[in-house]
Amino acid sequence: MSAILERPAATAPVEAGCDTRPVLRERGQREVFCGLTGIVWMHRKIQDAFFLVVGSRTCAHLLQSAAGVMIFAEPRFATAILDERDLAGLADAQDELDRNVARLLERRPDIKLLFLVGSCPSEVIKLDLHRAAQRLDRRFNGVRVLNYSGSGIETTFTQGEDACLAALVPELPQSDVAQLMVVGALADVVEDQFSRLFAAMGIERVAFLPARRAGGMPAVGPGTKFLLAQPFLAETGRLLEARGARHLAAPFPLGAEGTTLWLRAAAQAFGVSPARFDEVTAAGEARARQALAAPRARLEGKSVFFFPDSQLEVPMARFLTRECGMEAIEIGTPYLHRQHLAEEMPLLPESALLSEGQDVEKQLDRCQAARPDLVVCGLGLANPLEAQGITTKWSIELVFTPVQGYDQAGDLAGLFARPFARRGLLKV
Amino acid sequence: MQLTLWTYEGPPHVGAMRVASAMEGLHYVLHAPQGDTYADLLFTMIERRNSRPPVTYTTFQARDLGGDTAELFKSALRDAAERFQPEAMLVGASCTAELIQDDPGGLAGTSALSIPVIPVELPAYQKKENWGAAETLYQLIRRFAVKMERAPGAAPRCNILGPTALGFRHRDDVKEVRGILARLGIAVNVVAPLGARPSDLARLGDADFNVVLYPEVAGQAASWMQRNLGQPFTRCIPIGVGATRDFIAEVAGLAGVDASEFLAEESSRLPWYSRSVDSTYLTGKRVFIFADATHAVAAARVAAEELGFQVVGLGTYSREQAREVREAAKRHGLEALITDDYLEVEAAIAAVQPELVLGTQMERHVAKRLGVPCAVISAPVHVQDFPARNSPQMGFEGANVLFDTWVHPLMMGLEEHLIGMFREDFEFHAEAAPSHLGHATAPREAEPVDPTPEAAVIEAPGAVSWTPDGEKELKKIPFFVRGKARRNTERFAEMNGIRTITVETLYDAKAYFSR
Repeated sequence: MSAILERPAATAPVEAGCDTRPVLRERGQREVFCGLTGIVWMHRKIQDAFFLVVGSRTCAHLLQSAAGVMIFAEPRFATAILDERDLAGLADAQDELDRNVARLLERRPDIKLLFLVGSCPSEVIKLDLHRAAQRLDRRFNGVRVLNYSGSGIETTFTQGEDACLAALVPELPQSDVAQLMVVGALADVVEDQFSRLFAAMGIERVAFLPARRAGGMPAVGPGTKFLLAQPFLAETGRLLEARGARHLAAPFPLGAEGTTLWLRAAAQAFGVSPARFDEVTAAGEARARQALAAPRARLEGKSVFFFPDSQLEVPMARFLTRECGMEAIEIGTPYLHRQHLAEEMPLLPESALLSEGQDVEKQLDRCQAARPDLVVCGLGLANPLEAQGITTKWSIELVFTPVQGYDQAGDLAGLFARPFARRGLLKV
Repeated sequence: MQLTLWTYEGPPHVGAMRVASAMEGLHYVLHAPQGDTYADLLFTMIERRNSRPPVTYTTFQARDLGGDTAELFKSALRDAAERFQPEAMLVGASCTAELIQDDPGGLAGTSALSIPVIPVELPAYQKKENWGAAETLYQLIRRFAVKMERAPGAAPRCNILGPTALGFRHRDDVKEVRGILARLGIAVNVVAPLGARPSDLARLGDADFNVVLYPEVAGQAASWMQRNLGQPFTRCIPIGVGATRDFIAEVAGLAGVDASEFLAEESSRLPWYSRSVDSTYLTGKRVFIFADATHAVAAARVAAEELGFQVVGLGTYSREQAREVREAAKRHGLEALITDDYLEVEAAIAAVQPELVLGTQMERHVAKRLGVPCAVISAPVHVQDFPARNSPQMGFEGANVLFDTWVHPLMMGLEEHLIGMFREDFEFHAEAAPSHLGHATAPREAEPVDPTPEAAVIEAPGAVSWTPDGEKELKKIPFFVRGKARRNTERFAEMNGIRTITVETLYDAKAYFSR
């Protein structure tokens, strides 16, 4: 399990400023979620979609441990658990799938879109879910059936959302109409705020992917320019470009600065005058800076260490260092998509170590040696680190909370400030 | 394939993790794909352990499958042995690794480690969590335990077998049972797996008999120890007053001590609480019970004999112990429900329409959907059932806990009477939750029940009003903080002389108050 420092050759063309910085690439035990976890929020975002995982009891157990046991209602996800008969070929897996899908859709007639979600076991035995989806598509009451893989061997945590949205892209209607598309599942309230801002700028057609309902997915084509709202949408971005849409390079809309730069990328692409842009964004940006004042007072001068989790680490680190005055020691990310982070990387402090991938034991050694003031990490590490006296912010919350846009900037900083506030309060 | 909304048990390797995490000085190297480390948070979050489980995962990815995943396993094994310096190691595969057939046991054999390495074969597509825990404990005990001669005339001594990490109330049950044994003058040799080291397992033979608290986990190992080490083991599970008394008698018999004095004293408050007139209305309450076999059988006896309920359904997801549950069901004139299909359990509960459900976390889902009171008596459970306070299920204190826990969700007697008399009350009606639980009758914000003209003019002149858009935006705030957001925004508007609250005012206020 080796770690290599990747440095571009001296003759390589230097693109963005930070592309020259070394990245520590590690392999070893990775303490991360698989892409199935994306179902936990995607099933709420697309209200009439159902996610059927084809996998093992482990997959079912993961979903229910990660989310389900806290959800006291029938969820819009389930697992078709493979058993010996499926593995031994005694049962025709495709027939078994048909039977399970029929039973499921009979129980949930409100479902309009069904995702067959691949897992490690189904990928390893090469169960052809693509063919199954094609065969089952529209066979039950017109329900659309699509498939993607959320397996751990192929996807890490938020990449499950990327895989899900990428499955939707080829299905989107074709349209040449000029429009702005915002890509990535956002909290409804955030989506509405962005809608209002774009409307105030005079950008007439704004679409969101995914839409809140299966029937309302936007069209795409050469007239589409898209902004990524999330940094983990590599495959979705690629497929949108393949359909003629153009990616608008921008940092991600976290914090006052990130939101302004993100909005400006759209404004410039749609010919909004700088004066108009400033007029529309000034109040929001000022509010964001005002709301940041209190959490900033707690965070300023503190050091932060990111374990890899969601690919949000780079924009989060940019926000915390530039807008909250924190010092980043290590920024770990499960996957570094240089193209989509091209606008982010130059904004990162030079002193921070960027690491891609993970060898969790070595990373823990580095973390303990650095004694950071705050560690952003998953739930498997958080309590053990707290027990060692290290303040942590569990990272999954960053994906489950509305954090994008001006009016959430204070909340976002507050998520990182709260563990310090709590430490200060507790006298036991 | 089996369609599963909720699963009662995890895969068998989670059972092995429960044994490994319960013990000290034992490390588990698990061949598993990236992502299977989710299991760590069962221990660090649900059970709130303060250290990482002693498990190293190989976390292979798709790109590794083309290469040498066996080498990956071997290097993970070597690294873990060096880093954690355990007394012994477990090696095994998760469901996906089982498919690629790298044979962790064989690979560990060629790795020439100087410590014992125990391979655990856990067929993930046939077996489940409890079986995995039982098999792992059995393999460990078989490997380490040896027959020992007990000195004649020595004070009686036993082992306690079965408590694991992530077990439902295992921590407090052990404490309670230790107390009972101490009262009887019986020494405890080793508790396993909870808190034991591999070297402690080697001392298991130095006891007269075994106390089996959870047959799902320790039954197989105890049978082996009876055959090979000559140690008999207990069959009574001390859940409930009657069962605790039977357990005390059984243990006293095995230890050759006199329990009559202990048994003559009343040590639980349950019998008096249950006899007191306040409990009369509990008589004949129809209860549905679904749990692991041990807790289901025990709960049925307590419900029928100690609380005076009528058991109208009894079932388990533990197929390994199905026979015991079938026999118990017969005693209550019922056909046992043996299934791990959540939908079947839901259908069975809906069919008998019980007044109380005693079950697992999953039955709480069903009960909520059906509007039936519910209490949890068995795993799977979530974080709230790993409480900070002492809350055993076993022994006399356990019986006290059972009485409080099971009666709490039921509507209290007086309220039940009043609803029988006055059915039309707008807040205390049959569909509403019991009022002592303090919720569900909150007035609805959007639609006032009776919008009289008087209500419409309550707004004094000068008060702020909300635009429809502002109101709509407010609704997007989670309900539990919405009231506070409304108050703050109105205060902000008043402070700034704003008469009409728009979306912008809402956010101006939010930014203002977040200072």
